[in-house]
Amino acid sequence: MLNAADTAWMLISTAMVMVMTPTLAFFYGGLVRRKNVLSILMQCMVILSVISLQWVLFGYSLAFGPDKGGVIGGLDWVFLRGVGLEPLEGQTIPHQLFMSFQMMFAVITPALIVGAFAERIKFSGFLLFTVLWSTLVYDPMAHWVWAPGGWLFNKGVLDFAGGTVIHILAGISALVFSFLIGKRNGRGSSPSPHNLPFAVLGAGFLWFGWFGFNAGSALGIKGQTVSAFVNTNTAAAAAALTWMIIDWFVHKSPTMLGVITGVVAGLVAITPAAGYVSPMSSIAIGAGGSMLGFIFVSYIKPRFGYDDSLDVFGVHGMAGIWGAIATGIFASKAIGGTDGLIHGNAGQVGVQAIGVLVAVVFAAAGTFVLYKVCDFFVGMRVDSREENIGLDLTQHHEAGYTLMD
Amino acid sequence: MKYIIAIIKSHKLYDVKKELENNEIHLMTVSDVLGCGRQKGTTEVYRGVTEVDNLLRKTKIEIAVNDDYFERAVNAIMKAAPENEIGDGKIFIFDLAECIRIRTGEKGGEAIG
Repeated sequence: MLNAADTAWMLISTAMVMVMTPTLAFFYGGLVRRKNVLSILMQCMVILSVISLQWVLFGYSLAFGPDKGGVIGGLDWVFLRGVGLEPLEGQTIPHQLFMSFQMMFAVITPALIVGAFAERIKFSGFLLFTVLWSTLVYDPMAHWVWAPGGWLFNKGVLDFAGGTVIHILAGISALVFSFLIGKRNGRGSSPSPHNLPFAVLGAGFLWFGWFGFNAGSALGIKGQTVSAFVNTNTAAAAAALTWMIIDWFVHKSPTMLGVITGVVAGLVAITPAAGYVSPMSSIAIGAGGSMLGFIFVSYIKPRFGYDDSLDVFGVHGMAGIWGAIATGIFASKAIGGTDGLIHGNAGQVGVQAIGVLVAVVFAAAGTFVLYKVCDFFVGMRVDSREENIGLDLTQHHEAGYTLMD
Repeated sequence: MKYIIAIIKSHKLYDVKKELENNEIHLMTVSDVLGCGRQKGTTEVYRGVTEVDNLLRKTKIEIAVNDDYFERAVNAIMKAAPENEIGDGKIFIFDLAECIRIRTGEKGGEAIG
């Protein structure tokens, strides 16, 4: 049955998740050198455009179309055939609205990976990889976890708003990608922010958009919507302060970059749990996401020497894995879903671990194969001279900033 | 004492700086500059309209050296800066009359290093 209030909330949520991708562009754009700022904004805006079309043409059908053996959605709904305004069974919003809401998730997931290959990727290679990855990695994974009949859905894996499907998948793909493409010229493996205020603006609006992302994932207005809203805010706040305090102790000063990185880590960590846990649990989940993120960004990355330029793996991958497991620990049936460890259902942690493991293996294997394919056909990395000049001038023939008018 | 001003391609800065450091020259001033040379301008395209600008973005490196470091400094720049095409830049060399370290008041060769 169609419900007007639910529909209104989901229209707003969808628009809020849409804005997260251009917002992510500013978050990432601020963190790169100024000669590459446009390349980041460009990649994010083009992902928004190209995946929007991919989704209405065939992506939605692959991910959410009538189940084929628990593995894929098939082609029943390509070109949105049969996707009308009547709600799906068990939903209260128009089918096309559900399709649009899911579209924005499909858009932001490959956009997250942009942070791993920033400052050195060839635009054509990026474009081909994005379309293939979205179709062959994201769409099946979304089907397995979220679509009725998907094999992980049937196992009872809890993923409220996409911790496993989005953040683990993007984080692991980012890690594999950064190993394959190699380090940037002229930098170790740390970001070299040319405009931190851009990054803060981006992080602030990501926090805002995340209310649509998480509270919208309740697909309507119910108790769970508000739980997700409160948990999202609480986890982000706890994570921001956690990162700041660790930074203060370890690096002797509280930093702006640290706080916004913590915000994102907390938002990622609470994503799979948002509609299943209490606000007090969300403090622990947010703080845990920050701690893991900090360890991976500050210690593990320098140790292993991969250049995950903007810490997609450290922040999204690790906080995502923590969030997925933490959902199994802290979930409460009284709020939504099933009980977790602290409510006597230890088995849920194991179920969550299966989800994590599948996402890690599938993302790693998928990214490895697709990278090799794209590298063979169009090439993935710009040559060294172009990289030194910057992607803005060499890939797009535009400059982000002028020295003088 | 000499004062060296080198105008180079901006994307060569990292290589030049590394080469200078390999030759124990660590003190320098670097700035972004615009200039006209013999190189044709960069082409930028905005909404399909091509704009050619003949003021090009370059990087200026300024180094003050004692005479015994002078050759090394010039050689390092000559080694790392060129791409062997128009636009590689120029090196200007001046005799340096005096150098004073503000903190200590030291003068001349002592103050440069």
